[in-house]
Amino acid sequence: MTPLLSAAVVFATGCLSLAILLNLFRLFRGPTAADRILALDTLVINAIAVIVLFGIAYATAAYFEAALLLAMVGFLGTVAYCKFLLRGDIVE
Amino acid sequence: MSVMQLVAEYLIAALLVLGGAFALVGSWGLAKLPSLMTRLHGSTKATTLGVGSCLIASMIYFPVFADTYSAHELLITLFLFITAPVAAHMVAKAHLHRQRRGLDGERADDIPDEVPPPAQGGWATFDGAR
Repeated sequence: MTPLLSAAVVFATGCLSLAILLNLFRLFRGPTAADRILALDTLVINAIAVIVLFGIAYATAAYFEAALLLAMVGFLGTVAYCKFLLRGDIVE
Repeated sequence: MSVMQLVAEYLIAALLVLGGAFALVGSWGLAKLPSLMTRLHGSTKATTLGVGSCLIASMIYFPVFADTYSAHELLITLFLFITAPVAAHMVAKAHLHRQRRGLDGERADDIPDEVPPPAQGGWATFDGAR
């Protein structure tokens, strides 16, 4: 890996770590339940980016299945939480 | 290093920096903006764009530098771009219904998120609720 690419990967990882910290702040602060769901959704999306950066840094394609699964589970989790808030039940 | 690899290197570096910056700006908006309806903008648009940028950088990196190619990144990007609006819609809908019922104890930083009354009739999502 060239110096320019490793510098870019380090910069992007730093940005995403800071972004995840900001998401955790919103997750703990609230104030409403919908805010916490939104923070969790964004947290999952940022985690996908971190996994992909890890794959670039170590030049292995083994992490993309994990990223794909996390994308699906994150979306289903968000929809299920919202459905539960709306109806008090997920599958009626 | 061939010319193509040099071009790809600059392109990947630019996409990675852009992606990291967009993800950070989106999450900063999520932490800083005053009410849920405004926070939705930051996290659903900026963060999704940032992650898509990182995924496209990875999609260019692997064929050029590691001699492997997989369509997984494109799948993840498409999936994220399709599901992000749906997730945002569900969050906004849950918030509107809970605020209308007074279930969200305090309003987010004193900013009411109620929708204005429509020209005629009522909002379909509220009329259908019990």
